[in-house]
Amino acid sequence: MKEVVVLSGKGGTGKTSITGCFAALASSKVLADCDVDAADLHLLLNPVNKQEEEFWSGQVAYIYDATCTQCGLCQEICRFDAIHDFKVVDSSCEGCGFCARICPANAISMQNNMAGHWYISETKYGPLVHARLGIAQENSGKLVALVRQQARKMAIEKEYSTIITDGPPGIGCPVISSLSGADLALLVTEPTVSGLHDLERIIDVCRHFKVPATVCINKFDINEEKASQIERHCSGNDIVVSGKIPFDIAVNGAVAHGVPVIEYDNGSAASAINNLWDHVKQLLSHN
Amino acid sequence: MIISIASGKGGTGKTLVATSLAISISNDEKVQLLDCDVEEPNDHLFLRPVITATEPVCIPVPRVDYAKCTFCGECARVCAYKAIAVVPKSVLIFDQLCHGCGACSYLCPEDAMSEEARAMGVVECGHANAIEFVQGRLTVGEAMAVPVIRQVKQKIKRSMTAILDVSPGTSCPVVQAVMETDYCLLVTEPTPFGLHDLELAVETVRQLGIPAGVVINRAVDGETTVHEYCEREGIPVLLEIPLDREIAHLYSKGVTLAEGRPQWQKEFTSVYEKIKGALRERSSCSQR
Repeated sequence: MKEVVVLSGKGGTGKTSITGCFAALASSKVLADCDVDAADLHLLLNPVNKQEEEFWSGQVAYIYDATCTQCGLCQEICRFDAIHDFKVVDSSCEGCGFCARICPANAISMQNNMAGHWYISETKYGPLVHARLGIAQENSGKLVALVRQQARKMAIEKEYSTIITDGPPGIGCPVISSLSGADLALLVTEPTVSGLHDLERIIDVCRHFKVPATVCINKFDINEEKASQIERHCSGNDIVVSGKIPFDIAVNGAVAHGVPVIEYDNGSAASAINNLWDHVKQLLSHN
Repeated sequence: MIISIASGKGGTGKTLVATSLAISISNDEKVQLLDCDVEEPNDHLFLRPVITATEPVCIPVPRVDYAKCTFCGECARVCAYKAIAVVPKSVLIFDQLCHGCGACSYLCPEDAMSEEARAMGVVECGHANAIEFVQGRLTVGEAMAVPVIRQVKQKIKRSMTAILDVSPGTSCPVVQAVMETDYCLLVTEPTPFGLHDLELAVETVRQLGIPAGVVINRAVDGETTVHEYCEREGIPVLLEIPLDREIAHLYSKGVTLAEGRPQWQKEFTSVYEKIKGALRERSSCSQR
């Protein structure tokens, strides 16, 4: 069983549109949406929820007014600036529990935190594991790890050969969690100064975590000069460019209709994504 | 005044809006642009600032004085992040898991733990013409963006108009950046993805009690779903930027809209005036 994770560094380069197409193209697969704070894959795959679970993670401090003597020690020692006027600012509390341990009046307790939900759903292309992190929650990395673990479990039980994972933007905690141990990272970029800059950083992340990477340049014809610059950067880093997708308004049309673009028409983007998948499939079988 | 620029969905045009807004109002105002998208900071690619100062972002991680340590294991018990493991004759510290809360060193009964600064990013300061520029940069391979964002925000000068470019999403880095700002500008695009993530972003700013307005980027004539949503929710649409290959091309080269198409400066200035108006109205309401 092999796992490909679709990442980008920069947001909005087309990860979800491409993952949606892979969902339709791959033969035996589990789908995982690891963009847990702004998940969009379900908008293309129209899943029917089969199972919904709560995601409890981390703790948040709570100060009991009645017992608090307002000595101020907690405010003094909190490194996260999470206690103001003897009240905890939930969104800043990192759940370390230091305050609760040292409060001389025992007025602080650590409370378990329901940080979101995760789901197993059925789509017309196969099962989908996805999640929704609560607003302003931490621990997105742990929720991502949980989504991947469930997808893996299902792939093993039902003998699916591939896991296709839609990743989050950025290079931080949820990205690292989506990437580590995957067989291949497909990095989707666009021919812009920020596309290239962010690609350089995500390539370094892949190298750091020793995950083989391949690149796809989306909307390459918006700026062909920038696209060649990206190709040069990739070849200088021994990274194969597996596909170049032209700007095609059909991609917007497909999103508006809630279907992967390869099921929407057979225009230039659809055919480029077909070729991209063939290439990715090959790389996966070699890795 | 502090204005944050956020979006939910990535790639909707936060950088475009943040840089062009900063340039457009810098003719009349003292402006600070702070790039809080520390995982992938992009504003510098468009403003090409001169960086005059760089400081590391460090978190304190524990170090053991083996002359004093009795391997009692208290440090590992108090660590909420499982960053410490005590084995016979050794204390293993996993720096990458440590949040730097300080509980272990404070609570060590033998006073055998000290703290050492561990760098996990940088904050760079400088200027681009009249604009004061600050950006955070998380080191590749590091997981925690929040300490870098926190340090970027320490550079905010209340005497200026501060514009904060925020990372995509709705989780802790976004909240850390948006909290305690006066107004949040949400950039979206008129697609089901854009709208879905805008709804999440609106939920986030509401939870933080921050007034918000919307910029629709890549607007298409006749596509009204975002407008309808905003109207239902009582959120003003402050600007629309059309879907235009020319604008996309300018962006791809690293040219801001305000400089590549100077006629847009007055549009961005008017967004700024509308924000000021909304905040005036809000403060007079709350005084009443």
